[in-house]
Amino acid sequence: MKAAAQVIMDTGAHAAALAVKSARVDVVPGYPITPQTAIMEALAAMVENGELHARFIPVEGEHSAMAAAVAASAAGARVFTATSANGLLYMHEVLHMASGGRLPVVMCNVNRGIFAPWTLWADHQDSFAQRDTGWIQYHCSSNQEVFNTILQAFRVAEQINIPIMVNFDGFAISHCLMPLTLPPQEDIDRFLPPFEPEWRLDPAHPSSFSNVTMAAEYATFRQMLADDILAAIPLVKQAAREYQEITGMWDGDTIDTYRLEDAEVVALAVNSMAAELRLSVDILRQQGIKAGLLRPRLVVPFPSEDIIQVLPRNAQVMVLDRNYNYGHPGGILAQELKGALFGRRNDITVKNRVMGIGGIDLPRRLMADEIRAMMEE
Amino acid sequence: MTTSIKNLPDTEQVLSGNGACGGCPATMALRIVGKALGPNAIMLLTPSCSVASMGMTPKLGYNWPGLNICFATAGSSASGVIHALEVMKEKGRLPGELPTVFSWVGDGGTYDIGFQSLSAAAERNDNIIHFCYNNEAYSNTGVQRSGATPRGSFTTTTPTGKSQPKKNMALLMLEHNIPYVATATVAYPGDLYDKVVKAKNTPGMKYIEILAPCYLGWQFDMADTVQMSRMAVRSGAWLLWEAENGNISFNNPTAPIINGKKDAAPVEEYLMKQGRFNRLLKGSDAQQRIAEIQGDIDREIAFMRERAKISI
Repeated sequence: MKAAAQVIMDTGAHAAALAVKSARVDVVPGYPITPQTAIMEALAAMVENGELHARFIPVEGEHSAMAAAVAASAAGARVFTATSANGLLYMHEVLHMASGGRLPVVMCNVNRGIFAPWTLWADHQDSFAQRDTGWIQYHCSSNQEVFNTILQAFRVAEQINIPIMVNFDGFAISHCLMPLTLPPQEDIDRFLPPFEPEWRLDPAHPSSFSNVTMAAEYATFRQMLADDILAAIPLVKQAAREYQEITGMWDGDTIDTYRLEDAEVVALAVNSMAAELRLSVDILRQQGIKAGLLRPRLVVPFPSEDIIQVLPRNAQVMVLDRNYNYGHPGGILAQELKGALFGRRNDITVKNRVMGIGGIDLPRRLMADEIRAMMEE
Repeated sequence: MTTSIKNLPDTEQVLSGNGACGGCPATMALRIVGKALGPNAIMLLTPSCSVASMGMTPKLGYNWPGLNICFATAGSSASGVIHALEVMKEKGRLPGELPTVFSWVGDGGTYDIGFQSLSAAAERNDNIIHFCYNNEAYSNTGVQRSGATPRGSFTTTTPTGKSQPKKNMALLMLEHNIPYVATATVAYPGDLYDKVVKAKNTPGMKYIEILAPCYLGWQFDMADTVQMSRMAVRSGAWLLWEAENGNISFNNPTAPIINGKKDAAPVEEYLMKQGRFNRLLKGSDAQQRIAEIQGDIDREIAFMRERAKISI
């Protein structure tokens, strides 16, 4: 008889650890940082008690965590790590080695505002500051989506040999309990086959890896990475679709939409604030405003074509950024959106607010009020 | 008995035709290391002369799979590889004998930028060998000072001579309570070979540091590499020792110097053969500078003699 899905109450951080366990990873280098620590604690415990047959490497910092991750991946292992905020920034150099080296590491970044000054709470400056490292980036808005996305990320990363960052908000997701559906392991194994690298460090086949290149070779490697990041979009869609076929769960593919079809005012945001924005959309609808939601799940590659396709004619898009695009007014999502629309959808108006920095609470009414105010501008 | 150079295996892991300078001690040392490790090994390299001279993608002049890694990450990268191999072996996904995982790193990648991750790998006692080929400066970038540069030495960032003594890195590694630590140098290939064989057959973290006199950085004739290496040991400027499970023993010709049975050769002769020192030993303060350098050497000999008496 086929095993049934199990429903539990769980935090986003622990849901991430359960997904990593279900993915049967081999190596987990880890270093604590708030609010990510709970993921590493859970994985270390699973390895110690034998629930997860893997190695937990307690490294001395995030730069080393990513170094151990890329090296283990090059040796042929399925690898996961997690971080937040300054930990992610500390990894920056080695993030480039993972993507340039075409190593399919999957990492959770639990979004947190970055130093200085210190803050513990969520905004998206950390992940958006790593936009140009050659990593694919998902952003998730619920505990269930975190679980589902980690499994989809392993699949896509290993298909195209590009590392993937799965982002979700500190505390609002990482530390809050929500119902979590755990598909049977046999279904997950069907969705995510074992990692079979095309290449690994193997004394039977000595060759150099990430060695010095001449300009033409270097440029070729870089172009291939740039092209393949864009080529990940159909794979992301396929992974979401097949995950739905096997588990019945759907979080969107490159994008997620809500009441968008006839919308005249479209809220656009990522992560937990986008979950709350659904309720803002309902409030606006009750007030007679034809509102809808467009939530990019992918930020890198930016799902430009899908956004161009779904935006209703003459819509005003209210981009709520939880990050700054220093040197420009507003945030990075708005800039990305304008870049996607320019010359393609001149009917669309884009307006922008930076909100929720450093974890400032974003309740539904506040965001609904803000969107109404933006309509007047 | 130390293995004779005549009895080293024929195995050549350093292939002919790489881009190293004539008389390069790092390449000489790596050749001996290759004879001891054999082909079943995985090599990690941080930016250094050995990377600059290894050949271009996708080839390499060393007959192992070689992973080029970020400068600060020798310890953590080697840990990543060995944990991956060990767990894949446990899961039945890695046929054959477990390869030796080793890092081949200069003094910059060991003493300076790589110290943190190396220290952590040692504290975890991960099953790797870290080789530091120590040419006492950043030779690859054109000879800048490092934590391994001795007092009084000219580098392009210490044009009037470095005013601080070098660290005793091998001793710092010993104090991580790892199972094997050794020092070596190219003038004593049998000694180096034996130490690498011991490290290969010891589980856990191993550290081997090889003094690598660099003609470019030290400013001597490139034909004299081995002679400089020998003079460094005979003057006591470089001490040959090993520590198995924390117990230090000294190797010849360092042992009689430590035991007081033989005096070290005066350092002046060693210094005056090297442009990095002798260019600064022309003024009225020359004797004072030499005395300072001699003082550093005498202190290390005295300290190591006493440290070796602690065995637990």
